[in-house]
Amino acid sequence: MTQPETLSVEIAASTCRVWRHGAGRKLGFLAGFGGLPRWMPVLDRLSAQRQLIVPSLPGFPGAEGFRSLDTHLDWLLAVHDLLQQAGLDGTDLVASSVGAAFAAEMAALWPSSVRRLVLIAPFGLFDEADPPADPWAVRPADQGALFCADPARWAELKAVPEGANSIEWPIIQNRASEAAARAFWPLGNTRLERRLGRITAPTLLLWGAEDRVMPRTYAQRIAAALGGPSEIRIIEGAGHLAELDRPEAVAEAALAWTA
Amino acid sequence: MKLMWFHLMPYTELPDDFRERHPSVWVDIHSSLFDPKRAHVMYNDFMDELEYAAACGFDAICVNEHHSNGYGLMPSPNLIATALARRTTDTALCVLGNSLALYNPPTRVAEEFAMIDCISGGRLIAGFPVGTPMDTCYAYGQNPSMLRERYLEAHDLVVRAWTERETFAFNGRFNQQRYVNIWPRPVQTPHPPIWIPGGGSVETWQWCAEMDYVYCYLSYYGYKAGRATMQGFWDEMARLGKDRNPYRAGFLQFIGVAETRAKAMELYRGPAEYFYGRCLHVDPRFATPPGYVTEATQRAGLESQVQKAANANPVLGSTTGTRMQAVAREMEDIVDRGYVIVGSPDEVVAQLSEVATELNVGHLMLLLQFGNMGKDLAQYNTRLFAETVMPRMRGLFAEWEDRWWPQPMARETRVTPPAFHPGALAAE
Repeated sequence: MTQPETLSVEIAASTCRVWRHGAGRKLGFLAGFGGLPRWMPVLDRLSAQRQLIVPSLPGFPGAEGFRSLDTHLDWLLAVHDLLQQAGLDGTDLVASSVGAAFAAEMAALWPSSVRRLVLIAPFGLFDEADPPADPWAVRPADQGALFCADPARWAELKAVPEGANSIEWPIIQNRASEAAARAFWPLGNTRLERRLGRITAPTLLLWGAEDRVMPRTYAQRIAAALGGPSEIRIIEGAGHLAELDRPEAVAEAALAWTA
Repeated sequence: MKLMWFHLMPYTELPDDFRERHPSVWVDIHSSLFDPKRAHVMYNDFMDELEYAAACGFDAICVNEHHSNGYGLMPSPNLIATALARRTTDTALCVLGNSLALYNPPTRVAEEFAMIDCISGGRLIAGFPVGTPMDTCYAYGQNPSMLRERYLEAHDLVVRAWTERETFAFNGRFNQQRYVNIWPRPVQTPHPPIWIPGGGSVETWQWCAEMDYVYCYLSYYGYKAGRATMQGFWDEMARLGKDRNPYRAGFLQFIGVAETRAKAMELYRGPAEYFYGRCLHVDPRFATPPGYVTEATQRAGLESQVQKAANANPVLGSTTGTRMQAVAREMEDIVDRGYVIVGSPDEVVAQLSEVATELNVGHLMLLLQFGNMGKDLAQYNTRLFAETVMPRMRGLFAEWEDRWWPQPMARETRVTPPAFHPGALAAE
């Protein structure tokens, strides 16, 4: 497995792990629901061509603290501080799911902080007529099938690695789910839709054809509201966390968009 | 000791194939199963039963709060308690309770409890549960990651609202109010006794000890399953230097008493199997919202599982919902496991005395109506218990003082509501 350089940065809420790997122009990556308990193949693909910087959001694996974040403003400032300190200012960003909701907010509120944007099925919207699935009301055994087209991809991401603490590991995974809940409970609706018009960064919307969390219609909805150019690409054979199911296809699209 | 009569108010007409055809009794139970005209009868029967229990001499009648729940028809126990205040005289009214984080602003709880305390002349016990995941996080949409912090802050606000004499501003993390000044104020001083229904978390025990509140373990699984939890509670009290006053604790127990054990098994089989089979059929999707169980409690649960070399799919702490997954559903098993104490008066006295002394619990909350039990059987169970069991248990723990019981106004200063004769009123 790739051994990225592991740094840590301090923000008010938390000490956050930042992985760095590869060379070239910087590219930031924000993980989706569940975070990054381990390195994964899409990161290899992205770092083959770029200097990839992967900060862990507060509460997700690699960044324990998040329980001082009470409001959406608290979260936005924490993510902003984290990206700044990780060296991601004015760079391209690839982000998935809950991470993509924050990446979109960064581009909306601090337009100069993001150059080009790749959003994989972002959270943040809720349409009563076509609601997302409830990611916090799912039996543990059914999580894989909710988040990935191939449940085995989720199982691989979350499996206890050899030598890991078998008590702390499941608590860390549960904390990632809690952190997402703290920011997005109960509907995932942060009213991001109201701010999409402020995003001028060229934005690629990637959506797994088999996304069982976020309805695919949200891609059109987001594209129509964005303030800058955008494109939608559907990834066949991929679920909500398309980067887990189809790392090559996602990386190829992201690298081409941010070239 | 105190013998308290508890009602959950279960919907009594869930279909026979409920488990097979419906995913959950809670949260998304289908509205087509609810017949308001049948509920009219159920509510009135249930309130008759509570009033009957008071008339039979139980020390308290108890109600609780649930939402979107087929076995608990009291989204607002306060409404029921208020009606009961007018139809009872000396019985304590135990509202167990109001889930504080669900009220916005939480001063609503301070106000309504003060109303009940005034109307009843100081007979209220104020219960403050965090609330189950199904009630709080799913039915009421509260964020599980902030639920406990909100609960604790709301508690502080309610107690200040009851006790501060001047209007004050509350500048909390989740609640801000410029003018807190509740009218009415509670009769009891400094405020009604506060009881905390909780699961088995050490944080709750410590908080009860610190605040000098009663800890209530409201389990549906009886004294055998409750033993370890109550042992943990008393061990923690000892560690904190607290005495073993049994009135620091409350415990819930289902009871079915009849002239003989055989008759009791026959009479209570249907209601017990209805309760454990249909009423506890909760979809596990709603059992453990992330953050509801603290990390310390998750860690303790995982460590004990590792010690037991238990299953490969660890459960991160037990909640009301997870416990319901492993429940017994057949009468013999229900009785063997001690969920329901069933028997003749002698047998019930023997078992219940053992429960009280072994668990060291001075407040027993008894479910004598459960499942689809009708009013006749509920009243039979209640009356037989009151006449044959209660007198032989009352003397337990006489050496201890119950410092957590309501202090009503003197009997002669309390009003007696006139008897209700609607025909006579119309004729006047």
